[in-house]
Formats: sequence, structure tokens, C-alpha cells
Amino acid sequence: MRNYLSTSLLLLSLVSAVNCATLLADEAKGLAIAQERKNRDAGWGDSESLTSMILRSAGGDESRREMRTAALEVQGDGDKGLTLFDEPRDVRGTAFLNHAHPTAEDDQWLYLPALKRVKRIASRNKSGPFMGSEFAYEDLSSFELAKYRFNYLRDEPCGDGQCFVIEQTPADEYSSYSKTVAWLDKTHYQPIKVTYYDRKNSLLKTLSLEDYKLYLEKYWRPHKLTMENHQTGKSTDLLIHNIRFNTGRTAADFDTNALQRAR
Amino acid sequence: MKQLWLTSVLNTPWRVLFGSLLLTLLMGAGISKLEFRGDYRIFFSADNPQLLAFEQMQNAFNKSDNILIGIAPADGNVFSAETLSLILQLTDAAWQTPHSIRVDSLTNYQHTEADEDDLMVGDLVSQSMPLAPQALARIRQIALNEPSIVKRLVADTGKVAAINITVQFPEVDKNREVFDTYNFVKQLTDEFSRQYPQVQFHLGGVIAMNNALASEAEQDARTLIPLMFLMIIIMLALLLRSIVGALATIIIIVIAIVSTLGLAGWAGIFLSMTTVNVPTILMTLAVADCVHVIASMQFALQRGDNKANAIRYSMQRNIMPVFITSSTTAIGFLTLNFSEVPILADLGNMSATGVMLACGFSLITLPALLYLLPLKASLVPKPESSTVMDRLASFVIRRHNLLLPIMLLIMLAFTGLISLNKINDEAVKYFSPNTQFRQSMDFLDQHLSASASIDFALNSGQSSGINQPEFIAAVDSFSQWLAQQPEVVHVNAISDTFKRLNKNMHGDDPAYYRIPTAPDEAAQYLLMYEMSLPYGLDLNNQLNLDKSATRIAVSLQNMGSKQITEFERKALSYLAQHYPQYSASAASTALMFGHIGERNMASMLQTLPLALLLISLLLALSLRSWRMGLISLAPNIAPAAIGFGIWGWYSGEINLGLSVVASLSLGIIVDDTVHFLAKYQHARQEGRNTEAAVRYAFTSVGRALWITTAVLIVGFSVLMLSNFRLNSDMGLLTAIIIFTALVIDFLFLPAFLLKFDTKEPKRHA
Repeated sequence: MRNYLSTSLLLLSLVSAVNCATLLADEAKGLAIAQERKNRDAGWGDSESLTSMILRSAGGDESRREMRTAALEVQGDGDKGLTLFDEPRDVRGTAFLNHAHPTAEDDQWLYLPALKRVKRIASRNKSGPFMGSEFAYEDLSSFELAKYRFNYLRDEPCGDGQCFVIEQTPADEYSSYSKTVAWLDKTHYQPIKVTYYDRKNSLLKTLSLEDYKLYLEKYWRPHKLTMENHQTGKSTDLLIHNIRFNTGRTAADFDTNALQRAR
Repeated sequence: MKQLWLTSVLNTPWRVLFGSLLLTLLMGAGISKLEFRGDYRIFFSADNPQLLAFEQMQNAFNKSDNILIGIAPADGNVFSAETLSLILQLTDAAWQTPHSIRVDSLTNYQHTEADEDDLMVGDLVSQSMPLAPQALARIRQIALNEPSIVKRLVADTGKVAAINITVQFPEVDKNREVFDTYNFVKQLTDEFSRQYPQVQFHLGGVIAMNNALASEAEQDARTLIPLMFLMIIIMLALLLRSIVGALATIIIIVIAIVSTLGLAGWAGIFLSMTTVNVPTILMTLAVADCVHVIASMQFALQRGDNKANAIRYSMQRNIMPVFITSSTTAIGFLTLNFSEVPILADLGNMSATGVMLACGFSLITLPALLYLLPLKASLVPKPESSTVMDRLASFVIRRHNLLLPIMLLIMLAFTGLISLNKINDEAVKYFSPNTQFRQSMDFLDQHLSASASIDFALNSGQSSGINQPEFIAAVDSFSQWLAQQPEVVHVNAISDTFKRLNKNMHGDDPAYYRIPTAPDEAAQYLLMYEMSLPYGLDLNNQLNLDKSATRIAVSLQNMGSKQITEFERKALSYLAQHYPQYSASAASTALMFGHIGERNMASMLQTLPLALLLISLLLALSLRSWRMGLISLAPNIAPAAIGFGIWGWYSGEINLGLSVVASLSLGIIVDDTVHFLAKYQHARQEGRNTEAAVRYAFTSVGRALWITTAVLIVGFSVLMLSNFRLNSDMGLLTAIIIFTALVIDFLFLPAFLLKFDTKEPKRHA
């Protein structure tokens, strides 16, 4: 009897040790996959593109925004981004500059042509909607390893291929998400689908990324991003055209002085 | 024919019972399909114009279904370090509310400030902020001067604060969703209440109302139905003095109720605040049928008849009256189909079906049951009340010359009081002051503005039009006009945000607290502001997708439905007059209730003549006399007229529940007239004069009439105990009308006949 008991205890502890080990392994595997994703996308330098944003209400009404974006890869820190608004007409010429940081708050400025001044956005709130769309600012910010804790969940078929399913828990306490789950295509380690869970852990949004194309024989970029809000029924399409690399932009084009000149 | 059918019932009683049971089981199986809905939208049909306007506004802007937590500290100051940190914690916890999409509170209000060229946007109170006396004074100063939160999220006295949780239900199982949401918040506030015993919490808003609708209906079902059963048993004991007779009656009532509820389930009707009382109404109406049948049988048994003959005797006397009275009652209930309120139509259809089922069961199943059960003759001898009736008859005959004018005068006087009634439908006032929901809402209304509100949507007609200075100016002057109206407590308009942003963009210079001068200025300030707002606190509840329209939220003092529709008209005509270039609309739940009362009353008043005509026709047919049909009009119309007159003097407020009472009660009170006139006519046709015929009518049906009236009054009085005023008012007024009908049938109708029906009967009609 005693023997039996100790055997089962031993078995039990063995099982839990194995469980623990797999959990650790999954976190390690999650991080490894995320690292691979980051590595594969490293070295793109700088890029430019045109973006159309189509906002859709639950009733099917649509509204369109147009903007031009430029991005600069920064080694050892978050990327820098510049967005110039073209439509709607009343915000034409407004320019948005962003310096992402893996752990600290991003720095953000807005150039307002009506005032002819650069204003710093002094807010911790990066969780709000971008231009009234279903994309939060944090959904569009550059992918940094330090922003999340990763956990590998499983492999799953997705689209035409196979995906890693990774759970990402935001490190930022001001994030509006309790977690996000990303489906990364095994061929290029880029997300095909991301689901977002709100602070009460209910499914909030699903992002679908389509029309991936290969640039510079190395970098995969999606051309259509659709964000669907499951709670409000609203959705936003982000259509990206004309991606160009090696545009010759430097860090000087991404500071607040350049912001005033940006056209 | 009647004979043949009766014989077959009595020859094969087991087969009849078995058949009834099978039928009941088949119909009753539908009960499993019955679901309960406690959502205020069940008051409105899908094509209700105010509901459509409301839904359109909810589609253009965010939903506004909400639950409001009122926070009242004992020291009467929410701007203390302790209370503010409570609000901070509760706000944070409130984000966990199931289906919540937005939480607004005093602490997470997004305060904006300029700091040189920075636009600071952030929570008014945050975790990291030290709450020293100076900071508290600053927070108080900002909060009480910010038009968008004062009187909405904090009382202007600083005594009460509120957290408003906006929810968006997936609407898969709305009952469950309301229940989950409400219970979560209730548990949350209970927890905080234990932690902070000196602080009171009150729950308001649409979700709290929906929850109260469901829980009060459940309360009705749990208390009123058993109480009604008890009353029925007591009444049966008094009336029949026979356990077996009472048992048979209860069996009939139960199978009638089970079948009715089951049929409702099969028909896809759901239970609601009103239909939950169908069992109570059916018990009241069905008991009379059974009592008539059993009492007649007991009479025959006492006379020495054997059981079969006693049942035959009873059936022959009762088939026609039971059928006619059930039909008129059913017609009365069926007129509720003309109501604008779907759940009142459901109440009518279920009651009408139930009454006809009860009629069928008491004419088919009851005789078979009585045949098999060991029923003995009643222990009570024919009571002395026939001598009471005889004396009443003598009195009426003696004094009819005096009675007629006096009764007429009383009738006219009470009828004149009808004009004191005003239609009023306020959802909050549907709940009795004893209910927790009503108490919370009354408290919240005292300090904030919780129950009455109207949202106005103003559309510029072009994309990004809300950035046009002239449009902002229109919004601004409209919101100022609104604020000047005496009924208005609070206005939330985007124009205030534009003015504040303009000030912030110019280093907080108060001189810039005005509307931006160019559309691109306005648009860029707004863009900057929107990029600074956190998740869930965006402007989607004030601006539509392409920024062509804005929503202006107006909170009003607690006011009647008439005043709120009047206010809507006034505000819309202000806009039409001053800003005809912009299209405007108004919507809110208060407006929906405000309009439905009048529309419902109008449609019910239109159907009343139809009901009266149908019932009089049925009456004339059953009495086989047009003349009698015509004579019956006065005693059929008068009770409702007097009843509403009494109501005008007693309360003067007519809600949805009362607007259907006139046609509903008509079907019930007409029974008294039918019985009385039938006996009277029978005696006249036998050649007796008016006096003798009146006396005969009194002695033969007088007792039965007051007994059924007593049963009905008791039954409808049970409804008065409901905490839901649609039900309790309906019960009270119906009881008053039924009582009035008996008085008129005893004092006015015979006096009228004695005066005007004096011709000796020569011809048979």
C-alpha cells in the first residue's frame, strides 16, 4: 500500500515536471520563433509606401483616408516612422512622426499646418484608435521582441500552408489587450492572422493580412490588412500600394525639424 | 344535439378524461419552448418609428446601452483621497464587466492641458498621482467646471459621482447577457461596499432597468401565482363547501393554464412582464365557469336527482351562458391585438386562448370528472341570500323613479372626471417605489441626471462637415439654447471639445476658448486629440464614421411623457427654424416610451367601438333580441366610463397597462348584463310584467352575479400586489370597473327597464 502510494506520488511529480518542462519549452519555442521572425526581417533599411484606409461602420457605410508613409530601420532601438496625411482634405499636410522604443514610451509628434507648429503628443495612451479606424496605434507600431512575452501554442494549417500559433502577452500595462494570438506562416514567419483580446479577455478584433509580396528577395510585405471588430461590427481595410525600398532617407528625415518640411 | 353530446360524455367519462389529458400534454409540451424576455424593447414593435430612429442613431454612433454606478460617500464629498481612489479602483475593475466597450468616470475623464508645445492628454486622476489637499482642490476645480462631466459623472455639489459603463451585447442570448452584466456589476459594488461601508452604491441605466423588468416579473410569478392559488382555494371552500368540487375546479384550472402556456410556447410567444400574469388572470376567469357548473349540479343533487341527471341539469342550464360569457371575454382580450405594444397583444392572445380553453374544459372535461368523482350534495342549504336579493329587488322596484336620475347623475359626474386623466409613460415609473431599481433611479435623478435623456443627431450633409466653423457654431448655439431650457440638466456637445482644444493649442490662453476659425484648424486639433485618446474613450460616440454628423446628448429633469415629446418638438423646430440646412433627428428610450403611450391610446380608442359593436351583436344574438342588445349598451359602456372617471380623481395618470383596460374589462362586465337580461327576458316572454320580471332576474341570478363579481375582484386585486405598475394599475382599475358594473346592473339597469320597458309583451321577439 505504502509502496503503491509513493509510486503514484513519484509518477505524479514526474508528470508535473514534464508538464512544467513543456510549458517552459513552449515559452522558449515561442520566443525562438519570434526571434526568427525579427531576424528574417532585419536589414531592410528604409521604405516608403502609399496607404489607403477604408473605414466601415456596422451598417456598411464607408469612409476613406489617404496617407503616405516612410519608415526607417533603427539598429538597437525601435523603428522610426513618418506619416503624411492627404485625405480627408482638412488634415492634408498634417505629418505624424513616431520614434518607437522597445521598452520605453514611443515619442510622437504631430505637425499641424493650420498652426504651422509641431506639437508633441504627451500621452501614455497608445491604445486609442488611429484616425478613427479599428487599428489602434499599438497595432501599427513596429514589431519588437521586448514588447511581449511569447508562448508557442501549436502548429495549424492556415491558408495554403502551415502556421505557428503564438500567444503574445503585452508587457506594457497601458496596452488595451490582455493578449494577442498570431498565426505566423512557416515559410516566411510573417503573420497571416492576429486575434486581439481585450482587458476582460474577450475576443475584440481579428486582423487578416493578405497579398504578401517579396521585396529585395528577402522581405515579405502584406498589401491588404483587414481589421474586424467583433464587438462593434465595424471594420477597417488598410490597402498598401507602391512599396519602395532604398529611398535614400536618413535619420535626419525623421526628426522634428524635418517634420515641418515634410511634404 | 346537446343531449347526444352530453350522453356520450357521460357514457365514456374515462375516454373523455384520457383524451383531455392527452390533449393537455400535447399542448403543454410547448412550455419547454417558452422563454422569458426582460428587455425594454419588447414594448415596441419592429416598425415602431421611435425604435427605428433610435437604432439608426445607435448604428451611426456607438451603442448607448449602459449601466450606471452611482457612488455616494457618507461625508458628501467625492473629492477626498479615499473616495477618489475608490473610484479609480472601481473604474479599473469596471472594464472587466462582460460585454463592456467603454467605461467613463470622474477619474478616467481625459483632461487636456497645454505644456508649451505639448498637448497633455490624460486621466484626470491616476494611480501615480499623489492625492494631497492641493491636488484634490485642483481636481475638484477642473471637474466641476468641465461641462462634459458635471451633472453626468459628478454632481455639481460634489456629493455624488458616477461610473458609466457602455455595453454592446452580441445579442445571442440577450437575457443571459443582461443578467451576466448586471450581476457582475452588482457583485463588484457589493464587494466595494464591504470594503468601504461608509459609501453607498446605486445601480441605474438601461441594463439595470432590463434586469429589474426580468426580476420583477420573476417576483410576480413567484408570489402572485401561489397567492392566487390560495385565494382560489379559499373562495372555492366558501362557495362550494366541497373538497371534491374544489379539487375538480383546480384540475380544470391547472390543465387550462398548462395548455395555454404550452400553446404560447408552440406559437413562439415569449413570457414577459405582462404575460407572466396570464395564469393569474386565467385562474380568475376560469373559476367562475366551474363554480357555475358545480353549484347547479349541487342544487340538483340536493333536489334528489341522481348524479347523471344532476350533471345533465347543470349542463343544460350552463352551456349557453358559459359559452357566451367566455366568448365575450375572449373578444375583449383579442382587441388587445390592436395595441401598439407587442407584449400587450401577447397578453390579449394568451388570455383569450386560455379563456376559450377553460370554457371547453369546463364543458367537456369537468362533467366527466364530476361524474367519476364522489361528489355529494352541498352541505349548505340554499342560503338566505335569495331573500337578500328579494329585498334588493323590492327596494329597486319601489324607488326606481328616484334611483334612475340619481344613478344617471352619478354616472355623468364620474364620467366628467375622465378629463382629469393624462397619458403618461415613463419607464422608471413603471416600477413601484418599493423596488430597489426605482429607489436607485430616484436617488440618481436627485443628484445627477439618469433617467430622462434625448440624443440629437445633427448632420452637416457632407463628409468632414463637422469641422466647418459654421457647423460647430450651429452645434454650439443649439447646445446653449438647450442649456437655457428649464427642463435641461446637462448637454454634451462636441463644440465644447473644440473650444477647449483651441485653448489648449494656444498655450491654454482663455481668450482662445472659442470655436476654431477654419475647418482645417478644427480638423487638425481634433486629429491630434483623437490620437491622444486611449482605448474605449474615443469620440465614436459623438462623431459618425465620415465625420458628417455629431450626436448631442441632452439629460433632462425627470418629466412626464407628454413633456418629453413636447420638448423634442420644441428642440427640433428650433433647429428647423435656425439651421434648416442641416438635417436633425432625435432619439432615446425615454422618447420611445413617451410616444408609445399616446399612439397606443389612440389605437385602443379606435378599437373600442369595434369591440363594443361585436360584443353587443353577440349579446343581441344570444338574447335573440335587437332591443335587448340596444338596452345593454348603457350598462356596458358606463362602468368603464365611471372607472376611468374614478381613476382621474384618484391618480390621473394613464399608462400603457391602463389604456387596454377599457376593452379588456368590457368583455368581462358584459357577462353580468347578459345573465340579468336573459333572466329578465325569459320572465317577460313567459308573460310576466316588468316588475315581476325584474324580481325574477334578481332572485334567480343575483347571487351568482355578486359571487362571480367577488371572485373577479379578488383575482384582479391580486395583480395590485405586483411591483410593476402596468400590472398593478391594470388590476386595480379592472377591479373598480367590475365592481361598478355590478352596481349598475343592480341599481341602474332594473330602474331603466322599469321606466322604459313597460309595454306589456304582446309579440315574441
